[in-house]
Amino acid sequence: MDYINIFVKSIFVENMIFAYFLGMCSYLAVSKTVKTGVGLGAAVIFVLAITVPLNFLLENYVLKSGAMTWMGPEFADVDLSFLSFIMFIAVIASIVQMVEMVVEKFAPALYGALGIFLPLIAVNCSILGGSLFMQERQYSSIGEATVFALGSGVGWFLAIVAIAAIREKIRYSNVPAPLRGLGITFIITGLMGIAFMSFMGIEL
Amino acid sequence: MSETAEVKVKEPLFSKKNKKLLTDPLNDDNPITIQVLGICSALAITVQVKQAFVMSVSVLAVMIFSNLIVSLIRNLIPSRVRIIVQLVIVAALVILVDQILKAFVYDVSKQLSVFVGLIITNCIIMGRLEAFALANKPFPSILDAIGNAAGYAWILIVVAIFREFFGSGKLWGFQIIPQSFYEFGYFNNGLMILPPMALITVGIIIWVQRSRNTKLIESN
Repeated sequence: MDYINIFVKSIFVENMIFAYFLGMCSYLAVSKTVKTGVGLGAAVIFVLAITVPLNFLLENYVLKSGAMTWMGPEFADVDLSFLSFIMFIAVIASIVQMVEMVVEKFAPALYGALGIFLPLIAVNCSILGGSLFMQERQYSSIGEATVFALGSGVGWFLAIVAIAAIREKIRYSNVPAPLRGLGITFIITGLMGIAFMSFMGIEL
Repeated sequence: MSETAEVKVKEPLFSKKNKKLLTDPLNDDNPITIQVLGICSALAITVQVKQAFVMSVSVLAVMIFSNLIVSLIRNLIPSRVRIIVQLVIVAALVILVDQILKAFVYDVSKQLSVFVGLIITNCIIMGRLEAFALANKPFPSILDAIGNAAGYAWILIVVAIFREFFGSGKLWGFQIIPQSFYEFGYFNNGLMILPPMALITVGIIIWVQRSRNTKLIESN
């Protein structure tokens, strides 16, 4: 598998929102305006691109069965994979905390823009989902894992910006009262998901 | 110290307030359709009723124990690191659930794939921990967990029933629509199996729920 294939596939075919519904909670909660959508989307790309490669290293050099052979032959049959959830989430939570501090110190303008979204990201399913998919699909190199993470982040970004733009416009439409707000957002996301399914099977 | 003073005012085990904790999340304050929590994993695993049921039971177990533990140690957690503490507690419980599923229902656990792990970041659990368990005593927290998990479960199972019945003509893996229907030219609606239909089904549930209960309608 080459990089472009993984990248395009993770943006369109295996889109985090439309194919797997990951990060749906913040997607629905923060998509009221395009501006906040862009902020959260950028933060997701950023955090995904850092945590997935880190977790890839963790998975391949510590957690996987036989991964600790580099420490000496007596570690060859150690299998710590049952610890992967807790390790992944610990990495994600601490990276998010660190990113928050670094951004606050060196880029106050960006911090002001992302603000409340950074801490929210620790509990965004798409971040942990990225790491778990990386583990399940067993990418062969750290390059592939990084490209996959970037692609998933961009896919998520596209999805949230698109729905935010639609929600800004739909305010002027005459939606049936019980469907207003949440209901119509669900249905529009479903229709967008069907549209995204037309990308299925694309290989580059 | 103010805590101990409160304990002395004994409440009956199922007072009106406690009963409300159980019944509210079923309808008026449903975690999926009103609070918008826990949607991430809810939609992906509703292709079959069996998966949805196993998922609901797992979420129920994790919620009860995480709410209980967090509520027991709520006065010891410094508020700056509370998210990490909560994540670690939930992650440890999810590992237990994952290992149990792998041991007893291996085929379902394979189908759920990453979504068992994603219970950790299921917003419904973090949301209830933040909103309720951090500020309440253990027993009401358990009731809150049961109520919200039940509210989550019924939406999940209703969506799964629709999708499995129309999508593959089965319920819980058993053929419901008889073979003779197919011979007369009945077709399964393949669209229902695809992920986007879960969203549309939930949208329709919200529509029905809000038109019956008009005070839930959003202003915009």
